[in-house]
Amino acid sequence: MFGYYLDLAVRSLRRNQVLTALMVLAIAVGIGASMTTLTVVHLLSGDPLPGSSHTLFFPQVDPTPGTNPDSQPRDMMDYRSAMDLWSAKRADRQALVSSIALKLTAPELNQPPLMARVLTTTADFFPMFSVPLRYGRAWTDEDDAKRTRSAVISADLNDKLFGGADSTGRTLRLNGVDVRIIGVLGAWRPSPQFYEVAGGRFSQGKTSSFYARPEEVFMPFSSAREIAPDSFNAFTCWGTPGPDMQVSPCVWLMLWVQLHDPSKLGDYQRFVAGYAAQQKTLGRFVHADNTRVMGLMQWLDFNHVVPSDTRLQMWLAFAFLLICLCNTVGLLLAKFLRRGGEIGLRRALGASRGAVLAQFLVEAGLIGLLGGVGGWLLTLLGLWVVRSQPIEYADLVHLDASMLLLTFALAVLASLLAGFLPALRASRVAPGLQLKTL
Amino acid sequence: MAIRPILSTLRRHKTTAVLVVLEIALTCAIVCNAVFLVSQRIERINMPSGVAEHELIQVALADIGAKPDEHARTLTDLAALAAIPGVTHVSSVNQIPFGRSSSNNGIKLDPKQNKPTLNATNYFGEDIGQTLGVQLVAGRLLQPADYVSVKEASKAFKEGKFEGLPHVTVITQPMAERLYPGQSAVGKTLWIGSQIELRVVGVVKYLVRPSIWNDAEAQYSMMMPLQVESNQYLIRTAPDQRARVLAAALEALKKNNPNRIVWQKRTWDEAREKFFDSDRAMTGLLIGVCVALLVVTALGIVGLGSFWVAQRRRQIGVRRALGATRGHILRYFQTENFLLATIGIAIGMVLAYGINLFLMVHYELPRLPAIYFPVGALALWLIGQAAVLGPALRAAAVPPVVATRSV
Repeated sequence: MFGYYLDLAVRSLRRNQVLTALMVLAIAVGIGASMTTLTVVHLLSGDPLPGSSHTLFFPQVDPTPGTNPDSQPRDMMDYRSAMDLWSAKRADRQALVSSIALKLTAPELNQPPLMARVLTTTADFFPMFSVPLRYGRAWTDEDDAKRTRSAVISADLNDKLFGGADSTGRTLRLNGVDVRIIGVLGAWRPSPQFYEVAGGRFSQGKTSSFYARPEEVFMPFSSAREIAPDSFNAFTCWGTPGPDMQVSPCVWLMLWVQLHDPSKLGDYQRFVAGYAAQQKTLGRFVHADNTRVMGLMQWLDFNHVVPSDTRLQMWLAFAFLLICLCNTVGLLLAKFLRRGGEIGLRRALGASRGAVLAQFLVEAGLIGLLGGVGGWLLTLLGLWVVRSQPIEYADLVHLDASMLLLTFALAVLASLLAGFLPALRASRVAPGLQLKTL
Repeated sequence: MAIRPILSTLRRHKTTAVLVVLEIALTCAIVCNAVFLVSQRIERINMPSGVAEHELIQVALADIGAKPDEHARTLTDLAALAAIPGVTHVSSVNQIPFGRSSSNNGIKLDPKQNKPTLNATNYFGEDIGQTLGVQLVAGRLLQPADYVSVKEASKAFKEGKFEGLPHVTVITQPMAERLYPGQSAVGKTLWIGSQIELRVVGVVKYLVRPSIWNDAEAQYSMMMPLQVESNQYLIRTAPDQRARVLAAALEALKKNNPNRIVWQKRTWDEAREKFFDSDRAMTGLLIGVCVALLVVTALGIVGLGSFWVAQRRRQIGVRRALGATRGHILRYFQTENFLLATIGIAIGMVLAYGINLFLMVHYELPRLPAIYFPVGALALWLIGQAAVLGPALRAAAVPPVVATRSV
């Protein structure tokens, strides 16, 4: 029966090609707009580390002397708190994180110097965040302690400077100091760049910078402190900062910890609270009770990482789809009811109401499928437009398999929904009345 | 034109009528809000900067790590830049308007205040007001005698010698109005934190911040008499000289020290353009969606109008046979569309208001101005009439003889 209905549907769609084109176009445009924006939101709100994000936590304290105008714990830590919590090693893994910019030259190559974004961190960073290494190795706790002049570089920088060859053992000059490359990353593009997310709630929804690419150079925090003590930037200060952050009244360092067993979170929270209480008795903290340990995904939510414009575009696109569907309902209604005679004949020859309903739903579904193909092409076009925009996440945007399936599912579902009312009306047509007028 | 027969016809085609009304209502609601969003964005993009917009050039170099001769090197750079023909002012600055990276402080009126009254950005650099071309509205700009070098100031601050710190500042008018509403700001004092006291010596009309978190606070800027050796230079010249001066400036800076990386070289107009990139993209998108929505709605009206005309050919023929003129038929369909559009617009306005309330809560948007309602209504009426004209003319062309043929 389905094949017969399909044949009827194709004939009917051919009969009035303008009307068919109009309906297919309406669904295609609506689906294209919705899927473009939904894909972007889907890519931006995903889990950057599926499988291990539930084991990662972000401890916060409040070292503000006097009143903290924000009342929340600080988004970053001061040097001493960060160092104390990190060196206590109370979690399974812990990494300090701070990003700086340094002048970089490759003394063996004849290339102009460039400003490199450098992530200064500690050894656990690589295993903790499952960072893939293509060549060489990451550094160890020993390198952190000895402040070795070693660095891991990104695949992009390796391509740019060394044409993608194994560059371990070669030398880079950072801020005038020679540093040995010990490892090269594989392709690594977390979305968002979660380990640097902070301050999102102050940015009024303009958070696309959270989707920047990872840094070009990774090096031990301790070594970077020696090479370029004045290159670190404050997140916020409560007094006048000097050039060296370590002795400035500022927060500027982030600490990430991993607890393989998330049930140990309670212990870790108590440890952080205990540390704050101890600092209060030492007279260094005022707000000892203002500590918090959030999970990675919770921290991303708290920072509203998905830019508000992106969300707004998604709402707009779905409203647009709704209007397109309204339009399709009207047009389908016009198309189906015009065929009163045909329906009357089929009913008189014994077709049940259900059969007529099924016939018209098949026709609506076919329109949906055609609209889905158009919607898919328009989604590809829409995503291409997004990719050509000057935004940080442009290179992340692509249509994955699940979104492709969803495009067609949404198109067919939407057209069936739009077709249901007209099909129901068509199936209720009284056969006698129609046959009389034939 | 009698409305009752139209209403009774519509009552018999409830579903189709409801669909047209719904489509118009949704379009009205969304387009009103989208146009409002566009106007907000355009207002933001055209935000006043308070500076000599087309006369400024920014050159920033990377030479990290304080070196002992930093001060002398900065003076050499400044002299070389000032010597370029066409340069009227040059200043070594810590930040530029719309430059993104900024230094900000909580400002208090009383050092014992718990929370700062407002948060303002600090512009440093000798001659910065003159270079930026700010418009003075009261008092004076900073003078060479006011200036202290950043290094001496932070040393004095650490040693607690507050007399070594700057004592005066120039603030913007919006900031002055917030701090001292209804009073003249010149001569008043304000505090950065609880230790640095500054006397306001001048007020400028506007001076926009380098980075804006809250549009209402975009103009909260102050200039402080601090000399900085930031390797970031702001150059002022005539608009048509900018390209030449920029090239000459890069040449001169390279000559002074070839080992520095130039990480920023642009006219200030480019900085402004870049700052509002995402707003411009969003504006384009919103306009595109509005046009698409109106087109889809108009097509829907055309489609349904054609269907109705085809369905009622016989009735039209009967009316024509009974003496109705072409004009009567035409006006019948126009009035019908007008009625449906009016109901749609009425519902759409309520929806528009609801969406606006949602946006006010979630996107901190202001209230939709009342003017959007009549303008939106007028636009949809016109689009409805334009869309129905084609089908209505076809209806008017139905000959009376149809009545006799197919009954």
